[in-house]
Amino acid sequence: MPGTLVIFWGFAGLALASALLCITRRSAVASALWLVVTLFALAALFVLLDAQFIAVLQVLVYAGAIMVLFLFVIMLLNLGRPGPSDVKGPLGVGTACLLGGVLLFQLWILRKAVPSAPIQLPPGSMARLQQEQGLVGAIARPLFDTYLIPFEITSLLLLAAIVGAVVLAKRKL
Amino acid sequence: MNVDLSALDLSRSGDLLVALAPELLLTLAALVVLLVVAWRHRTPQDLRRAGWVTLAGLGVAALATWFLWWNVARASGIAAMIAVDDFRFVADWLFLGTAALTVLVSFRYLEREELWAPEYYVLLLFATLGMTLMAGAEDLMVLFLGLELMSVSVYVLAGINRRSAPAAEAALKYFLLGAFASGFLLYGIALVYGATATTNFTLIGVQVATLGLQHDTMLLLGLGLLLVGFGFKVAAVPFHMWAPDVYDGSPTPVTGYMATAVKAAAFAALFRLLGEAFGAVPAWREIVWWLAVATMVVGNLIALAQRSFKRMLAYSSIAHAGYLLVAVAAGTAAGSAAFVFYLVAYTLMTVAAFALLAAKGTGGERDVAIDDLAGLAQRRPWLAFALAVCMLSLLGFPGTAGFIGKWYILVAAVAAGQGLLAAILVLASVISAGYYLPVIMAMYMKPEPGEQAHAGMQLGPLGNAVVAVSVAGLLFFGVRPNRLLEIARTSGASVRVAPAVSSSAPPAARDASGR
Repeated sequence: MPGTLVIFWGFAGLALASALLCITRRSAVASALWLVVTLFALAALFVLLDAQFIAVLQVLVYAGAIMVLFLFVIMLLNLGRPGPSDVKGPLGVGTACLLGGVLLFQLWILRKAVPSAPIQLPPGSMARLQQEQGLVGAIARPLFDTYLIPFEITSLLLLAAIVGAVVLAKRKL
Repeated sequence: MNVDLSALDLSRSGDLLVALAPELLLTLAALVVLLVVAWRHRTPQDLRRAGWVTLAGLGVAALATWFLWWNVARASGIAAMIAVDDFRFVADWLFLGTAALTVLVSFRYLEREELWAPEYYVLLLFATLGMTLMAGAEDLMVLFLGLELMSVSVYVLAGINRRSAPAAEAALKYFLLGAFASGFLLYGIALVYGATATTNFTLIGVQVATLGLQHDTMLLLGLGLLLVGFGFKVAAVPFHMWAPDVYDGSPTPVTGYMATAVKAAAFAALFRLLGEAFGAVPAWREIVWWLAVATMVVGNLIALAQRSFKRMLAYSSIAHAGYLLVAVAAGTAAGSAAFVFYLVAYTLMTVAAFALLAAKGTGGERDVAIDDLAGLAQRRPWLAFALAVCMLSLLGFPGTAGFIGKWYILVAAVAAGQGLLAAILVLASVISAGYYLPVIMAMYMKPEPGEQAHAGMQLGPLGNAVVAVSVAGLLFFGVRPNRLLEIARTSGASVRVAPAVSSSAPPAARDASGR
């Protein structure tokens, strides 16, 4: 158990630190690369949660495909050079600190909170589900069965967004 | 054609296809238009062809909806994800009809403004699809995705005129504030899920009753955030800040569509959500009460100060959201009937008013002041008459559908013990006379400013048909509302309101994902 705990704290710390670096770097390329590190660390945390399939998807889709797209866009738009900071003036910094403080305070209160009864699953149910349906089946079955309609609407939503982006951005239609 | 559809089992694929037929046909229509548009998109004829294909698609979807309605299609047991009831069918008709009227008005508008973007019709179909999903949503996930599908399409429609700076401003403002509102909605959904462990409306209602969650902090916080999100979408005061600028900057047919169908879809979803999931939670009635009062009073007062006709209509549509909230706050069967009836009447009068405004202005209806309509009655008696009927109906003048709608809302509010709310509604309507009547006065009692002041005001045959149909509907339902009211009553009653708390409630079912 301590071994798992060491791995957890290591990757959790890595995720937090790289996320912090991601939002504090001035250069967009550096931010994007730190985001890759964050996404990898999150993938490791998914493995610790027995969600290996999600972890693989996380690496393939987010850390892989989407980040490559991000970097391409940054380079195409020539955003590589460091720009001015987004946080402007002492008022902005003060507000950010205040909101961050509120969030930390909430987390401090929540550290002992127990999830409400209805959403607690009995321990070991995840492992049992994967035993019965396999790693992929545990994800795929609900996706194409219970959640079929939302899943299909998502694809339409993406199509509408693509059409909209082309309409707004294309130089000549 | 009579088929037994009274017990559709939504877990069987065949029954699911039947239950979703209107949405599937609408999707098919959108994809067909997308292909047609990709193939031919250079000349005005191509633009018109895309419009006709869109109209055909809307017609087929309306027929499918009629087929389900005629055969009294119902889902057996608790409907997962999508509802199969009269409320959904009637709301779908409203959205499909509004979309069809918008398409008819757009034919001429797109050519006049030289907007050679036939994707306009694709986005219109996607937006309508999102609305039908919202009105049929039985699950917070479907509700959210439908809302996003609608919103994303309408953001783009608002900014489809890329040469216009106000349109770009409108689109960006709408997008940013809409995304903000979606954030509120999602946070609310997460908290409601945290409190009840389900996203199904009916099961939320069951969980609230069995676990006694009426005063649970997490559930109430989630409900509050949901109401904030919906408040943004229907432009209820104090979440209305975006509406005037967005309505003002968007192309006028799109504004008409936003002020009617988009608002109606958000209202339909809100109505179902509050009834089915939170029927047993008393807290929302008070929130909706205050929202309704603020929206009616503030919307009407600011509308009084407007010189621009388009901005005046924008604030008027905010005020009308307040009237609809009164019907929601009543929360009874009579309230739901009044709600559906008023939605139909409001849609007719607003679509016609915006169609007339689109005809009046060339290259920017933003600048049409109310005084610019002076003398319209001498030059264009029929257009002036149509606009006068719309204004009177918006005001709630007897003999128009607007009056009957307001009357039923008042009756429902008083019957539900909301006498004060009814009184405020009447007072707000009196205020609204201060900005609707000057339009009629300008048209009929003021001299025309110049010889050719109204020469450019052309609707075209299709636009004329839209206005004629809307005005005829307003006058007809203003005199003979019985049939429409009957449909409104059965459809409003088909939303199963969650029972008040009782000790003999059925045991809480696990979330649908657990099966």
